[in-house]
Amino acid sequence: MAVIEIRGVAKSFGAFTALHSIDLTIADQEFMVLLGASGCGKTTLLRIVAGLETPSAGEVWIGGRRVDHLPPRDRGIAMVFQNYAVFPHLTVFENIAFGLRMKKLPQAEVDRRVTRTAELMHIGQLLKRYSGQLSGGQRQRVAVARALAMEPDVILMDEPLSNLDALLRLEMRAELKGVLAASKTTTIYVTHDQVEAMSLADRISVMNGGRIVQAADPVEVYRNPAARFVGSFIGNPPMNFLPAAPLGAGRWQVAGQSFAGPVAPAAEFAIRPEDLHPAETGLAAEVRVVEPLGPHTLITCTVAGQPFRAILESTATPRPGDVLHLAPVPDRIRWFDPETQKALT
Amino acid sequence: MTDAAIPAQGAATIRRAGNRVFIAGTVLLVVWVLAPIWLLFVNALSAPSEVTGFPKSFVPSFDFASLSFFFGFAGVTKALWNSVQVAAVTMVLSIAIGAPAGYALSRFDFPGKEAFRFLVVMTRAFPLPLLALPLAVMFIRTGLDDTILGLALVHTTLALPFAVLITFSLFSGIPVELEEAAWTLGCTRPQAFFKVILPLAAPGIAASAVFAFVISWNEVFAAAVLTIQNRTLTAFLLQSLDVSPLHLKFAGGAALVLPALIFIFAVRKYLFAMWGIANR
Amino acid sequence: MPRSLPYLLLLPATAFLVLFFLYPFVLVAIDSMTRGGEWTLENYRRMAGHWKFETAFWNTLMLAALVVPVQLALALTMASIVTRLERGRSTILYIFAIPLGISDLAAGLIWLSIFEQSGFLNSILVGLGVVDRPILLLGYQNAWVILLAIVLAEVWRATAIMMVILVAGMGLIPREYGEAAEVFGASRWQRFRRVTLPMLKPSLQTALILRVILAFEVFAVVVALGGTQLPVLMSETYHWQFTMQERGVAAAYAMVILAISVAFTVLILRLLHVPKEARP
Repeated sequence: MAVIEIRGVAKSFGAFTALHSIDLTIADQEFMVLLGASGCGKTTLLRIVAGLETPSAGEVWIGGRRVDHLPPRDRGIAMVFQNYAVFPHLTVFENIAFGLRMKKLPQAEVDRRVTRTAELMHIGQLLKRYSGQLSGGQRQRVAVARALAMEPDVILMDEPLSNLDALLRLEMRAELKGVLAASKTTTIYVTHDQVEAMSLADRISVMNGGRIVQAADPVEVYRNPAARFVGSFIGNPPMNFLPAAPLGAGRWQVAGQSFAGPVAPAAEFAIRPEDLHPAETGLAAEVRVVEPLGPHTLITCTVAGQPFRAILESTATPRPGDVLHLAPVPDRIRWFDPETQKALT
Repeated sequence: MTDAAIPAQGAATIRRAGNRVFIAGTVLLVVWVLAPIWLLFVNALSAPSEVTGFPKSFVPSFDFASLSFFFGFAGVTKALWNSVQVAAVTMVLSIAIGAPAGYALSRFDFPGKEAFRFLVVMTRAFPLPLLALPLAVMFIRTGLDDTILGLALVHTTLALPFAVLITFSLFSGIPVELEEAAWTLGCTRPQAFFKVILPLAAPGIAASAVFAFVISWNEVFAAAVLTIQNRTLTAFLLQSLDVSPLHLKFAGGAALVLPALIFIFAVRKYLFAMWGIANR
Repeated sequence: MPRSLPYLLLLPATAFLVLFFLYPFVLVAIDSMTRGGEWTLENYRRMAGHWKFETAFWNTLMLAALVVPVQLALALTMASIVTRLERGRSTILYIFAIPLGISDLAAGLIWLSIFEQSGFLNSILVGLGVVDRPILLLGYQNAWVILLAIVLAEVWRATAIMMVILVAGMGLIPREYGEAAEVFGASRWQRFRRVTLPMLKPSLQTALILRVILAFEVFAVVVALGGTQLPVLMSETYHWQFTMQERGVAAAYAMVILAISVAFTVLILRLLHVPKEARP
C-alpha cells in the first residue's frame, strides 16, 4: 500500500515561487502524470517527493508515513532520470544490482532480481556491458530495470522518454505501460508531451505557473477542461476560443450565430477543431491555409477576426480565400469565464 | 570566399600553397620547442670535457660521467630527495584541501560562493613567490623554518588555486543525476560520493595532483628563500650557479626537466580542465 | 541536506588561503613600512636611493614589454594550428605544451647551453664561418645579447601557458559562427580577425593577466643567463633579503612588484572588457 499525499507543498527559489501550495493525493498503484510546459513546476514537485529538493512548506506522506524530512534512501522510492543516470563505471549488471547491494541483500537474491528485471526489460544479453557501449534506448531500459529491481512502493519518472527518437519513444511507451501495470507500484511520471500523458496516465495533473490546474482522467481532461489553460495546452491543435456577447436567458451570440450557453455575466466560447463540420449555416470562416495530413485535413482560418482551426474529412478541399460555414457539435461546445479563466456550466 | 573570382584551379593552387605554409609553420614551431630540450640532453649525456670543449657535437656521446659527477656531488642526492618530499607533501595538501572546495563549488549554490571564487581567482593576480618573505619570519617563530613542511605550505598556496579549479571543473563534468540516482538507490551522501563520484573523478584528481607536484618541483624563489640546510634541487642549483662547473649545471637542468616531461605527458588530457574554466 | 555542508567543505581551503595568502601579504605591507618596530618610509627611500633600483625596475618592464607581445602572437599562432589540425592534434598539442612543465631555472640552463661561450650557438657561428673563434656572448660588453637570450628563453618557456588557455578558449567557440562568417563571404583572415578574436576576449584576458604577472616575477632565467649583470625586481628582492639581510627593503621591493601587477591586471581587465550581455 503506497498512497502518496502531497499536502500544501510550496517551493520558492529566492524571489521566484516555483510551487504554490500544492495538494494532491495519488492512490495506491495509480499512474499519475504531471503534465505541463517547462518551468511549470512539475519536475520540482517530483523532486520534492523524491527527497532531492526540500519543500519551503507543506508535507509529503508516502504509505501513511510522513517523509518530507527523510533522505531519498529512506522513502521507499525509486527514480528514473531524464538522462538515465546509468553509472558509467559499472556494468549493466552492477548498475541494476547497485541499490540491492546498498540494501545488503544476499548474492543469490541480487542475482535473482537482476536477472528477472533484466529479462523483463529485454536487456538480459547486455549485463556485462558498460553504459558507454549502450544505445540511448538500452540505457533507458537499464535505468528502468534498476528502479524496478528495488521493488519500490513508488516509482518516480522524470521525462524518461524525452531523449529518445520518435519511433523508439512509441515502442518504450507501450512497454513501460505494461511493465509498470504489472509491477503494481504507484507511479508519478513527469512529461511535457501530452500524447505520452494521455496514453500512459490513469490520471493527469495539468500544471501551470506552479499550480495544478486540473487533475482528472485523460478523457475528462481532454473533453472537459477545467480551465481555459487546459484547453489551450492539450490537444494538437488546441481548442479554439471566440468571444461571446450575452443575448440573455442563457443565449450567447458568437461570430453572428446564436448558441445556448451558461447563465453568467460574461463567457468565452470554446470548441475543439475536430468538433466542427461544414454545413449550410455555422461560423463563417475565411480559409487561410489548407494542410492535408492524410486521415484528415487541417484548415487554418479566421472567424470574426480571430485565428481558428478546424479538422475536416480529407474529402473536404477548400482553397485559401474560400468562406466555409462551420457548425460545432452542440454538446462539445465549452464555455469559460473570461475573468477567472475557469470552466462555466 | 573572397577568392571566388579566381578560377577554380587558381584557388586550389592557393589552398595548396596555404597548406604548405601551414605544415612548414607547424614543423618550425615543433622544432622551436623541442630543439633546446634536445641540446640540454646532449650536454647532460656527454663527458665533462665535451661539455666544456669546442666545437659542440649536436648528438650526445652517451658518456655518463657528467651525470655520475652530478649525482656524486655533495648535497645533490639530498636536494633531490628534499624536492621529492616537498612536492609530495604539496601534492597531498593541495588535493586534500582543494578537492572538497572544488566539490562544494560544483554542487552547491550558497551565499558567499562568489566571494570564495574571487579569493581563489585573486591569487592569480598576485606574485605568490613573494609570500616567502614574510613567511620566513613566521616560520622561524613556529619552528617551520628550513623544513620540508614549511616550504610545502608555501608551494600549496601556489598549487591550491589550480587544485580547486581543476577539481571544480571535473566534478562539474559529472552529472548531478548520477549522484541523485545513487541517493534514491539507498546511498547516503558520503556513500554516493565514494561509490559513484570518486571512481569517475579519480583520473582527473590524479592529474591535478601531478600538476601540484610539478608546480612545487619547479618552484625556485620561495625554495631559495625558505631553505638553507634542506635545499630543494632548484634552490641548490640556483645557489651554486656562479660556482658550479658547466657540466654540473646541465646535468642538474636535465634532472629538473626529465620528470616534468613525463608528468606533463601523464596529465596531457587534463591540461584544459585547468584553464577552460577561466572562460566561464 | 545540511545547509552547512558547503561551508564545511570550503573551510580548509579558505582557512589556508587566509593564513598563507592574505595574512602574509598584510605582513609584507607592514614589513615594508616599518624598521625596528617604527613606522617609516625609510625602506622605500633606501630602495629608491640605491642605484640598481631604477635599472631593475625598467629592465623588468622592458622584459615584459618585449616578451609578452611576442608570446601573444606565438600563442595565437600555435592555438590556431592546434585548433585547425585534424591528424596528430594531440601529439602537436603535447609538444607545444611541454615547456609548461619546465621551471624557469631549467629554461635558463637550457638557453645557457646554447648561449655560453663553448655553446651551441658559437658552434654554429664558427661552423658557418661567421666568426673564426667562439666569442663571449653573455659578457657585460654584449648586454643586448644577454637581453636577447633572456627574451628567447622566456618566450620559449612561458608561451605554452597562454597557448593552452587560448586553445581551451577556441574550443568553446562553436564552429557554426566561423561557418556562418564563411557563408557570408569572410576570408580565413577576416574570420580570425572578426569572429575568433572578439569571441576569444575572455580567454585573452585570462592569458594576458597570468602572463604579465609572471613576467614581472621573472627571476631564475635572468640569474641563470645574466648572473648579476641584468638586475630585475625579483632578483633585487632576493639580493636584499639574503646578501644584504635587509628584510624591510626586500618587502618594499615586493610591494612594488605587487603594485605593478595589480595595476596591469586592472588595465588588462579594462582594455579587454566584455560586457555581460555580449558573452556567449
